[in-house]
Amino acid sequence: MADLKPRMPLESLLPMEASGVRVREVDLGALTLVMPYRERDAALSDALEAAQGLRWPEPGRMTGTTGRGILWFGRAQAMLIGMAPEGGLEDHAAVADQSDGWAVVEIEGDRAAEALARLTPVDLRPGVFEIRHTARTELGHMAASLTRTGKATYLVMVFRAFAHTLVHELGIALQGVAARGGR
Amino acid sequence: MRLDGDGLIDRTRRLAFTFDGRKHLGFEGDTLASALIGAGVKVVARSFKYHRPRGIFTAGSEEPNALVTLGRGPGQEPNARATTVELQEGLAAYGQNAWPSVEFDLMAVNDLLSPFLGAGFYYKTFMWPKAFWEKLYEPVIRQAAGLGALSREASTERWERAFAHCDVLVIGAGPAGLMAAWTAAEAGADVILAEEDTRLGGRLNAEVEEVDGQAGSAWAEAMQARLRTMENVRVMTRTAVVGAYDQGTFGALERLEPGRALKGCFWRIVAKRAVLAAGAIERPVAFSNNDRPGVIMAGALRAYINRWRVCPGNRVAVFANSDAGHQTVRDLLAAGVHVSALIDARADAACDLDVPFYAGGQVCDSGGRKALESVSFLHRDRIETVQADVLAMSGGWNPSVHLSCHMGARPVWDEGLAAFVPREGAVPGMRYAGAAMGMFSTRECLESGAAAGKAVVDDLGLNGAEVPVPKAEDGVYQIKPLWHVPGKGRAWLDFQNDVTVKDVTLAAQENFTSVEHMKRYTTQGMAPDQGKNSNVAALAVLADATGRGIAETGTTTFRPPYVPVPIAAMGAGAQGKGFSPERFTTSHDASIGRGAPMIEAGLWYRPSYFPKAGETHWRQSCDREVRMVRDHVGICDVSTLGKIDVQGPDAAAFLDFLYTNMMSALKVGRVRYGLMLREDGHVMDDGTCARLGERHFLVTTTTAAAGQVMRHMEFAHQVLRPDLDVRFASVTEQWAQFAVAGPMSRALLEDVLKQDLANGDWPFMACGDVRTKGVTARLFRISFSGELAYEIAVPARHGAALFDQLVAKAEAMEGGPYGMEALNVMRIEKGFITHAEIHGRTTAFDIGMQGMMSDRKDFIGKAMAARPGLMDEDRAQFVALKPVGTVKELIAGAHLFAPGAEVVSENDEGYITSVAFSPMLGHVIGLGFLERGRARIGEHVRMVEHLKGSATLCEVVAPGGFDPEGGRMRG
Repeated sequence: MADLKPRMPLESLLPMEASGVRVREVDLGALTLVMPYRERDAALSDALEAAQGLRWPEPGRMTGTTGRGILWFGRAQAMLIGMAPEGGLEDHAAVADQSDGWAVVEIEGDRAAEALARLTPVDLRPGVFEIRHTARTELGHMAASLTRTGKATYLVMVFRAFAHTLVHELGIALQGVAARGGR
Repeated sequence: MRLDGDGLIDRTRRLAFTFDGRKHLGFEGDTLASALIGAGVKVVARSFKYHRPRGIFTAGSEEPNALVTLGRGPGQEPNARATTVELQEGLAAYGQNAWPSVEFDLMAVNDLLSPFLGAGFYYKTFMWPKAFWEKLYEPVIRQAAGLGALSREASTERWERAFAHCDVLVIGAGPAGLMAAWTAAEAGADVILAEEDTRLGGRLNAEVEEVDGQAGSAWAEAMQARLRTMENVRVMTRTAVVGAYDQGTFGALERLEPGRALKGCFWRIVAKRAVLAAGAIERPVAFSNNDRPGVIMAGALRAYINRWRVCPGNRVAVFANSDAGHQTVRDLLAAGVHVSALIDARADAACDLDVPFYAGGQVCDSGGRKALESVSFLHRDRIETVQADVLAMSGGWNPSVHLSCHMGARPVWDEGLAAFVPREGAVPGMRYAGAAMGMFSTRECLESGAAAGKAVVDDLGLNGAEVPVPKAEDGVYQIKPLWHVPGKGRAWLDFQNDVTVKDVTLAAQENFTSVEHMKRYTTQGMAPDQGKNSNVAALAVLADATGRGIAETGTTTFRPPYVPVPIAAMGAGAQGKGFSPERFTTSHDASIGRGAPMIEAGLWYRPSYFPKAGETHWRQSCDREVRMVRDHVGICDVSTLGKIDVQGPDAAAFLDFLYTNMMSALKVGRVRYGLMLREDGHVMDDGTCARLGERHFLVTTTTAAAGQVMRHMEFAHQVLRPDLDVRFASVTEQWAQFAVAGPMSRALLEDVLKQDLANGDWPFMACGDVRTKGVTARLFRISFSGELAYEIAVPARHGAALFDQLVAKAEAMEGGPYGMEALNVMRIEKGFITHAEIHGRTTAFDIGMQGMMSDRKDFIGKAMAARPGLMDEDRAQFVALKPVGTVKELIAGAHLFAPGAEVVSENDEGYITSVAFSPMLGHVIGLGFLERGRARIGEHVRMVEHLKGSATLCEVVAPGGFDPEGGRMRG
């Protein structure tokens, strides 16, 4: 019997590009949702720093990178990206594997924010939503995690099962940008 | 007619268009209105009620008359104001509310009947007989009244919605708005400048005057170029701000220039501060027959002459109560148009222009039929008449206070201006500038704009160099209030809704003296223009009729939107797949590949059944799948059920608080069925709870209630039991989970897992980790089918592959995949509940699970569920039904009656919630609720269903008639 061949959530749906905005699927590797127990925040942050060299992020912020980082993920939650939950984190926090739960895309291009403004109410002005800023927000109809990872690069995460809708909504948004012609 | 000179149109670019099928030519830069005037078209519309011929009246979005329909077919747009429609090559516009045409309209018979059609006429006339209103009167009236019509075809046009954010939103880009935007931008603020016109400048584009030593329009153009180069400024032309909402949020409608793939965008703009510089709207004077084509607002006429170089006639009379008349005459003379009279309502006015001048005169009637031919006016107690095909009139200006009133504030009456001005602080963070606050000279506009811009950046703590205010025309606004010139004929106030002075005074006579009552009685101020032209004059007439002052009379409520917003814009994107998101399981493609029709469960798509060759009806597939599972083995994707991971030192205590039954007593490696109640004691959801470790549980919910349960848990933890140290996360999407059900399920899984699954280690309700192909999976021995069954979960990336392999194995054992229909049949055979039964109004007692409410602990809903009324034996209780008469049909939703009882609601004893044909039992089974049902097993009841007219005699039976001992499940 064959192996259980893994499938990425957005396999065969991406990449796409319009108006210089590129959308591609990103494999973030291991994703671990970490939720510190009561009054364990400091101990957890210390443990993370000892094990990974990264501090627990402030609300709305990311520490590290999307290759290896910690993404604030809501009230008293953060997502470990690209690393195993080592260093006795379970002593301080509830830990849940989410590596397969999310469809993740990177949206990149000078007009990426213009496309996203059609889907999310987050204020994406560069001086407001800076690099490593993150938000749990809505993206069209979907609950999403949105992070600015570069000057004109954004990381979007939605539930895996929404993959088709994510591509559909981003496609419509890009059509809207394109319909306005060059700026 | 078209005048010489360039104005702001491009004479090198001719555009052909049609109106009511007739071809005309215009120029780039024209609006449909200016092009129609240029082409000499006088009648462009028929009025709402009396079908009076109407001409173009204004040059902006306040236009009450020139409503036209653009295009035909799916993209047809009714009620477009010709004054805001950009001309484009091939544009096809049509008159509306007329038959056969606006030129010759048979419905104009209404005008002859006008003595009978005054305000309130419907209410007085169509009183009886009562039943006639809905069936006869209303359809006929609706047919006769109304404006444009939709095509009734699905629109092919695309709109979009978007968000924008800024520090300062400037609403309107006339001289005040331009200065406000520039001042704020120079201080470093992020500025959005929204202007509903296609170009910036406002009145500067319509008047002959200088700013900073150059033509006003040229200065505006230079400002536009300057602002466009600033990174922190976003200039949004063709964008009307339509509403002011909480927290600095504004709605705005942007229409893109013609020819784009998109029609436009509905914006939600969030601004820290706003400057309202929306200008002012010129108001008409009510006199007899003031609605005749050829009567036009003076400011609009200047715009047509100066900006578009068109004039609707060649003999113009001018009537005003301020210097607007003189300004208009000056522009007309400069354009070489003959002026037959300047009638100034101010008795003390003087005139230095070479035209017949009548100080203290008041226009009292117009002559002509479908076009103006003469104007009569009262001057020194004599009625004089002059020949004119155009009458330009001005009754003064009303500041556009609308947006300042959207959060409930009322504007303030300014006696000197004879106008309402916005109330200070009416919208938090909003300041006013220019004509919108009653500053009518260009110098005042520029200065107040700069001051407002400075004030908002000061508020924001930004410091910038002050910008120089350019030199401009100054003047004093001297006005003699004039609302209505008495006379015999009808004098229009609200042109769009055909409301006259007589209607308003009639309303007052009939004691509709509140301005809000007058509005509803007469319909004044309703419809697309929302009374932009008419509100103030109408309430002035009402004030007069009731002997009150204008300030005391007050205004009606100004509500959003400021200009009409197509539903297509507000609902942009919500068509087709954009209407609702889709959640697909990992087995979705495989199910589609097998031809399974999909059924929606919340946002999820699940296969109904998997048709095989030769099956022509879903029941054939469903019955086969049921037998397949009961005799062999079936595979079903159950990933859509909610999965919530619960961890922490107090996890068990928290779950005891959530569930009616004890979860803390559950052993590691075991699963328990559980029931959750709402705080009001009714059942919220059911599901299983698996103990994966001492401090680690996995809660499953129904597909539909997953989000609700998660929210309930957050509430319970954050609000009710913050003392408990517990954390939880949704892992629904992390795991793909498949039911493997049927007598062959153990053999199938033993083959897949290469592991013994005998009852010793894996009894009913066991759970634990297993491995397959190097992947760690979770196995649960639970059953929703009543068969020996398991559910196996793997990380979702392996879901598609595992489903394929499980199905392949099953097929080798005469099994296969099964869908929701078979799943439903099997659970009905077993008497298992779903949300059809726990629909929000049933209690644990009703579903026969009162025994699951532990008396050894507290749990959510315990006290409320114990209320006597919720434990009453007379309540409708969960039962099953089977037909016993000749009629075999049961229908979900049908009600139950004692045999022989009259079918009236007093005798209603219960209802059916779920129905299925059981291929195993060979008859239809109904589940439902019946009063005292548990004590009535074996009795007969009658099912009655009114929609299909069915009635079926049934026997009450205990739920779970198939394998009632559950031996197969535990096997």
